[in-house]
Amino acid sequence: MKSLGSIRRDFAPWNDPNAKPYIQFDNVTKKFGDFTAVNNLSLTIFEREFFALLGASGCGKSTLLRMLAGFEEPSAGRILLDGQDLRGIPPHRRPVNMMFQSYALFPHMTVENNIAFGLKQEGMPKPDIEKRVAEMLKLVKLEQFAKRKPHQLSGGQRQRVALARSVAKRPKVLLLDEPLGALDKKLREETQFELMDLQQELGLTFVVVTHDQEEAMTMADRIAIMDKGEVMQVATPAEVYEAPTSRFVAHFVGNVNMFEGKVAERTANTTRITGSTGAQIVVDNGGAAAPNSDIVFAIRPEKIKVSSKKPVDAVNALEGEVYDVAYLGDMTVYHIKLDDGQIVRASALNASRITEDPLTWNDRAWVSFRPDAGVVLTR
Amino acid sequence: MNTTWSRFNVTSIVLGFAFLYLPIVLLIVFSFNESKLVTVWGGFSTKWYVSLFHNQGLMDATWVTARVGVISATVATVLGTLAALTLTRYTRFRGRILFSGMVFAPLVMPEVITGLSLLLLFVAVGLDRGFLTVTLAHITLTMCFVAVVVQSRLVSFDRSLEEAAMDLGATPAKTFFQITLPVIMPAIVSGWMLAFTLSLDDLVIASFTSGPGATTLPMKIYSQVRLGVTPEINAACTLLIAVVAVGVIVASIANKRREVQRQLDEQAAQRG
Repeated sequence: MKSLGSIRRDFAPWNDPNAKPYIQFDNVTKKFGDFTAVNNLSLTIFEREFFALLGASGCGKSTLLRMLAGFEEPSAGRILLDGQDLRGIPPHRRPVNMMFQSYALFPHMTVENNIAFGLKQEGMPKPDIEKRVAEMLKLVKLEQFAKRKPHQLSGGQRQRVALARSVAKRPKVLLLDEPLGALDKKLREETQFELMDLQQELGLTFVVVTHDQEEAMTMADRIAIMDKGEVMQVATPAEVYEAPTSRFVAHFVGNVNMFEGKVAERTANTTRITGSTGAQIVVDNGGAAAPNSDIVFAIRPEKIKVSSKKPVDAVNALEGEVYDVAYLGDMTVYHIKLDDGQIVRASALNASRITEDPLTWNDRAWVSFRPDAGVVLTR
Repeated sequence: MNTTWSRFNVTSIVLGFAFLYLPIVLLIVFSFNESKLVTVWGGFSTKWYVSLFHNQGLMDATWVTARVGVISATVATVLGTLAALTLTRYTRFRGRILFSGMVFAPLVMPEVITGLSLLLLFVAVGLDRGFLTVTLAHITLTMCFVAVVVQSRLVSFDRSLEEAAMDLGATPAKTFFQITLPVIMPAIVSGWMLAFTLSLDDLVIASFTSGPGATTLPMKIYSQVRLGVTPEINAACTLLIAVVAVGVIVASIANKRREVQRQLDEQAAQRG
């Protein structure tokens, strides 16, 4: 069985035409004065999905989250949650909870009172509250910190308190605004997996806002990549990486080489591209590109093979010179300057400790790739 | 940093402290004077403290001052806090800049003018001068100080705390009383103390707006001094200084302890 990327996904309601969307943004626009933060955006999120909104700062992703929480009202369009229009419902009556970027822990309350706050608001009986708080403390492994105040906790512990507080009410949807932004790198990686486990365990729908593509790729079932208040692409991490639909997405996620060019010839199975600098490229997937139209061929560095001799059976092979080499341990990154002047980035996995015939600066080199290694982008 | 005690440093410190505290030390020393003559030392005695407590006029004035202080500081704290909330939260209403400027005008207004204008107002509306008018005047005077203190705290207040509370199901009113108010409480308390102190030592505005039967302590002391300083007044002032000094020392020790505890907590938290 063939699959895009290296993971098989069994949870894919977005491919099921009968699946009912859980959260729906219908042509939502949000303006702050003259500034359009969100521009006529439509999006559907399914129940139990781990959904990531990914984009640079100011792209409107946080505004989208705040509209779902009820802190902002859309200027136009509507937001549905489980079929119910959320317009006019104040934040304290919405069945969603949010974990804030700053954690927003109440500084004058202990950890257990922070977690119990939401439960007290809904008038839960005291013994039930105590039980739920104990459960939550266990879930985030903070049992012995129950009586502490937030300033007596480390950054990672505060993050877990914020998480416990936001899931204590068993919301229909948990919104997470840059949940790992304030943690250091190592802790962040551990916490990513903890969050995924937690989401599985509680069976909640998670909507997470992040600017960190690795974080989104690791955790999310699907990612919406946003730019200037619009969604550029909504897809699984593998699709976003292996089949971006625009230059913006290809550039935003991971590293990429772009060849500007024209479609020279289209046959049933192959498309021949003439690069603007003369390179000839043959691909077996031309997408919607019409003959003679301007396109971009995008290919990831790890899909390009570098060799000192011309590969005999390669469909696509271009000659150049080693311009730069960076040894990173697990892999080596080459910058090859092609004879037409373009610089190509290629990375090779260091699967063995000893390399026969290593390349160095200014060596002649060939780059080659398979016809299915890249994508043709029309926008 | 140079920490040696050079002759120059010692001289400046002695002169500086003498300048600040010599008059007060003199006042305290002479409050224990046996002699009735203020400037002639006649031996140690505490008799003026005893007679002070038998001076009905001074005791009445102290009681009036305490009541005016507590009532005006409390009302001013409520109004000042509301003003500060409005000015920091609702930044888009018409005339906000004018309004915020006007709230702070009493800070720089000469007291004589504030006092005189209040007097004219009370006369115009036919309010008899007395306890009520001096209390109202002190509310006017101290409200803006409270507003300044509370506003400076609100500027650094993290609004996401309130959003988090509402997100967890608290109504706006509950959010205010359970989250906002407790968090800004230290600023409100120091605003109250500032207002109380200002009311306690105000002479000018009280002179304009007070009437018979509502003589405050500063007014009483001032009027007695005009008839000649008696050691009794020295004793009254010494007690006043003692009250203020104890208050300041207790407050700063408590503050220091909290700060140290907080730092220890944070270090402990960082260690894990």
